[in-house]
Amino acid sequence: MTVLAAEGLRKSFGGTAAVQGVSFAVAAGEMLALIGPNGAGKSTCFNMLSGQLRPDAGRVLLGGADITALAPRRIWRLGVGRTFQITATFASMTVGENVQMALLSHAGQVWRFWRPVRRRGVAAAAALLDQVGLSALADTAAGVLAYGDLKRLELAMALANAPRLLLMDEPTAGMAPAERTALMRLARDLATAHGIAVLFTEHDMDVVFSAADRILVLHHGALIAEGDGAAIRADARVREVYLGSGATSGGH
Amino acid sequence: MTVFLVQLLTGLAGAAALFLVAAGLTVIFGVTRVVNFSHGSLYMLGAYVGWTVLAHLPHSIAGFALGVVVTALVLAAFGAGLEMALLRRLYRAPELLQLLATFGVVLMVQDITQAIWGAEDLTLPRPHWMRGFVAIGGERFPRFDLVLIAAGPLVLGLLWLLLHRTRFGTLVRAATQDRDMVAALGVDQRRLFTAVFALGAALAGLGGVLSLPDGSANLQLDLSVITDAFVVVVVGGLGSIGGAYLASLIIGVLQAFGILLLPKLTLVIVFAVMAVVLVFRPQGLLGRAADAVREAAAPPLVRPAAPALRLLGAAVFVLLAAAPFAVGPFAVSVLTEAMIAVLFAASLHFMMGPGGMPSFGHAAWFGIGAYAAALAATALHLPLPAALLLAPLAAAVVAALFGWFVVRLSGVYLAMLTLAFAQIVWAVALQWTGLTGGDNGILGVWPGGVLAGAHAFYWVVLALCVLATLLLRRVLYAPFGYALRGARDSTLRAEAIGLPTVRIRLAAFTIAGAAAGLAGGLSAYSKGSVFPTYVSIGRSVDALLMVLLGGVQTIAGPIVGALAYTGLYDALLLATSQWRLALGAAIVALVLAFPQGIAGAAQQLRRRAA
Amino acid sequence: MSLSRRSLLAATAATLATPALLRAAGAPIRIGEINSYTAVPAFTLPYRNGWQLAVEQINGSGGVLGRMVEVISRDDAGHPADAIRLAGELLNDQKVDLLAGGFLSNIGLALSDFAKQSGKLYIAGEPLADALVWGKGNRMCFRLRPSTYMQAAMLVPDAARLKAKRWVTVAPNYEYGTSAVKWFKQLLTAVQPDVQFVGEQWPALGKIDAGATVAALAEAKPDAIFNVTFGGDLTSFVRQGNTRGLFEGRGVVSVLTGEPEYLGPLGEETPEGWIVTGYPVAADTSPANSAFVAAYKAKFGELPKMGSVVGYALIQSIAAGIIRAGGTDTAAMADTGFPGASFATPIGTASWRALDHQSTLGTYVGRTALKDGHGQMVDWRYVDGATALPSDSAVKAMQAG
Repeated sequence: MTVLAAEGLRKSFGGTAAVQGVSFAVAAGEMLALIGPNGAGKSTCFNMLSGQLRPDAGRVLLGGADITALAPRRIWRLGVGRTFQITATFASMTVGENVQMALLSHAGQVWRFWRPVRRRGVAAAAALLDQVGLSALADTAAGVLAYGDLKRLELAMALANAPRLLLMDEPTAGMAPAERTALMRLARDLATAHGIAVLFTEHDMDVVFSAADRILVLHHGALIAEGDGAAIRADARVREVYLGSGATSGGH
Repeated sequence: MTVFLVQLLTGLAGAAALFLVAAGLTVIFGVTRVVNFSHGSLYMLGAYVGWTVLAHLPHSIAGFALGVVVTALVLAAFGAGLEMALLRRLYRAPELLQLLATFGVVLMVQDITQAIWGAEDLTLPRPHWMRGFVAIGGERFPRFDLVLIAAGPLVLGLLWLLLHRTRFGTLVRAATQDRDMVAALGVDQRRLFTAVFALGAALAGLGGVLSLPDGSANLQLDLSVITDAFVVVVVGGLGSIGGAYLASLIIGVLQAFGILLLPKLTLVIVFAVMAVVLVFRPQGLLGRAADAVREAAAPPLVRPAAPALRLLGAAVFVLLAAAPFAVGPFAVSVLTEAMIAVLFAASLHFMMGPGGMPSFGHAAWFGIGAYAAALAATALHLPLPAALLLAPLAAAVVAALFGWFVVRLSGVYLAMLTLAFAQIVWAVALQWTGLTGGDNGILGVWPGGVLAGAHAFYWVVLALCVLATLLLRRVLYAPFGYALRGARDSTLRAEAIGLPTVRIRLAAFTIAGAAAGLAGGLSAYSKGSVFPTYVSIGRSVDALLMVLLGGVQTIAGPIVGALAYTGLYDALLLATSQWRLALGAAIVALVLAFPQGIAGAAQQLRRRAA
Repeated sequence: MSLSRRSLLAATAATLATPALLRAAGAPIRIGEINSYTAVPAFTLPYRNGWQLAVEQINGSGGVLGRMVEVISRDDAGHPADAIRLAGELLNDQKVDLLAGGFLSNIGLALSDFAKQSGKLYIAGEPLADALVWGKGNRMCFRLRPSTYMQAAMLVPDAARLKAKRWVTVAPNYEYGTSAVKWFKQLLTAVQPDVQFVGEQWPALGKIDAGATVAALAEAKPDAIFNVTFGGDLTSFVRQGNTRGLFEGRGVVSVLTGEPEYLGPLGEETPEGWIVTGYPVAADTSPANSAFVAAYKAKFGELPKMGSVVGYALIQSIAAGIIRAGGTDTAAMADTGFPGASFATPIGTASWRALDHQSTLGTYVGRTALKDGHGQMVDWRYVDGATALPSDSAVKAMQAG
């Protein structure tokens, strides 16, 4: 079942085309990786999917409904959780409070002015933190977390609204290799258990090839290849893009 | 046609004068991010120093030119000294704290200038060449104003050469773009900042001395130029010298034609221009989109008050409630004012600390509340409870209206838009005589009936202020307060978890306005009268001082700050005729001793002890 | 009984002869005084000198009703709210017998209302607002100086003699400016019905854009100009006006400009022939003024200003009221002591009107002139305040409205 479909997305910045006509789909329970060299347009694509950017052309469909150019918070309400390439969390709150905020927002309890946060949804937050392995840090300020922990916190927050689709931009950046594997296994388990569609970008090719069901390769804003790990490894254009300059100039 | 040409030239001369003040301010802000409130004082010192220097020089063109250069150099030395002695110690402090320190400098400079040069306005005798004019189609235009018109582009050009053709300039520009990068490249940031401050002060001094032929050196110069200078800097785009020039051209020329066509509106033209520009172009005309706010350190967690602190608070409340039995009526009136100040400061802190929305115009809501209560009492003959209900309501309605524009901005731009709106409210208070009584204000707003006694009304004030302050506090611990902090910490994340940040900020702005309005309403009854000074910039600055003094990032900060500031002010005003010097020095000392605010310092101490 | 000029001179002589002599008995009379000493020092410091001199002289000659006069002075920082708080301190902690002072009109009004509320007397020295005794006058408030209305009324006869048809006005855009212009227009039109007001400028106080203002006034092609700006604004206005020739061939009528406070900074740029109210400090050689000027110079080493006269006369007027009341009982002072009490001042004898608690202290009307690089008042005459007030029925109408 298709959860997310992108149709002919385009975006230019000041005359430079960042994304030019990208279409793809993610199915429930599927782990789809979006890769490409720096500047290929991965983050631009992501930001169009989650509403931070408005596409110049094209459509984004979530469960068949058009969500193109909706505000990020509306897209989130429709069941899309996301993490950012440069982590964005609430530095003046504890890890637990960060997750509580996401839960409160999901429950529509933001406009409450009386009962303190510390008495709301503590157990649910703890459960989410447990899932991502942050229980021990629940009372630590998010502002002082290590980068890898911040990534996990973002994941916990993204899961707070029981998403159908998870968008993870560089989810394992800054983590030790063992942590990376663990985090991607967690994502896989979640995808399988709850039928969540997961779309992620990643620099670490080991992570990509071990975690992804399918891989999209973006280059200069256009999709140049799509397929499972083996197919991508074998693709000539992908090899050229990734090894290109070295191969043709006879470099290293 | 001639009149339009002459008025255009007049506008250009006015623009040049504006630009000279604003250029220094924007250079300083661009590099050091210091909101230098004492820039007007530097300008005033320029006028006084220039007056003294020029008195000792021949009254020739050459003598004048030499005097101008000497004055600029004296001010450069003064600026460098100010930076090294004071501001250098504050770059790591929270944003806007330097504003507090420089306000202390403003107060000190006022008393020192008066002590040196006396209270009377000092005028520079104009030699013949300075009084000359050129005839333009039958109209006369002062020759010296032509000098001013030329001085604008000349200074702009020299600054451009300095910034683009020297190593110093390259560093300044680089630092304007990215301070950390310059520091990382191993440039001695301290020397750079000192030099930049000296340059800015020299420009202010230049503006001051060049104002002498058309006016006088007087003790009102500092505050009369500082707001205009800020407006120009903000309209032009913070840190953009070209933008400052463009903005001064627009404002100067509009002002000149405004006087010709709409003489009644002279008060608001400048601020109306700023409001329009900021609404449509939040980063100013030539400013770059605001870069992410760089906090020196992540704002601290918000924890429930420690039991000991709650106990202390309860004890203080009991003491306050019992105070009328122990102290005289004057002390009760001081306490009444202190309570009102606590609520006023707490309301600003609500939007400024957790909300991340600093305001330079918080007096608007205080004033609207005061006027609403006063009008309810005198014009509508409503009883006190109704009037006190109307005060926060009126403030909230207007705050919601203005807030719709304000909350979309951030940082200093946001603060300046609040100032623009506050000035518009002030102009209405001053000029809509039919409603507000103008400068004569509204009199006879005393509590009547059972509340007529000073004690009864004090208890009302105490109860309402404590209640409202505690409510604000309660909201900060509730989901809404967390959402507000979330929107401040990371708008990106807040939106990504479904928080409507604009609506949240608007609601916070409105709540803060309502709370300030209640404080204003209480103040009207405690003073028996309301005047436009309730909406003045000075009143807004008071609120800022109290919040910063207490500590922006602590929930108890505004309470401590309000008590400390009103206490200091009241005591010094009674103790010495040099109270401005004493208060300024006290503020500077407090800022240096407690850069996180008094409550912030106490909190740190407690953490360290724990 | 009132202090005559002769007793004033005697007081001066006594002070000079036996400065430390204290003959009075009983508790001192305590006057709580509030003014904007830091906000407008150029005007309030000479005023302070004035009342200090008066207190010294009165105490030197035995005090009032045999009691010493003591002034407890406070700085209101230019804020009505501070003035009210300090007034409370003076009443409740310092136990003063009455309040006095004020420079800014809104502070005067705030203090007046406070006095009414707390049932104590307030004697306003400098504030000019008409409302102080008319629209918002009350039993507890008395005002010494000729008000905005009176200043305008004193200038109108000379203004009418200019026979100018087209007038423009320039005034700071707050209550003082607007009401001065309003009265001037009304009173001038009454005596010269064909007069036209063809332009008006309302610069912000302290922030005049003088070049543009002067050009805009000139554009209206007036025959004459009515000016209400003062202080730094006036200096800028005059300089631009001089250079641009605004005043050439035009009559100018200007409020307060003849006072040394405002003439001084104009210096050698003082325009000649302006019709002004003011104070020819050195030129008035009447015995009372000469004695005052001499004593002031001896004590402070400079010439007095208008504010000095007001400060000095304020204490004299209070002394007169207390003597007539036979003590400092507030009701006695308010109802029988002050109303009708007359008192000598350096510039003329005046009294407190029972009708509206305005004093009949007048001021000088004359023309400006330049001598030795300094502005002066010439062709001056003292105008008694009593002659510049509206009819009693008109006052009653304003008190009601």
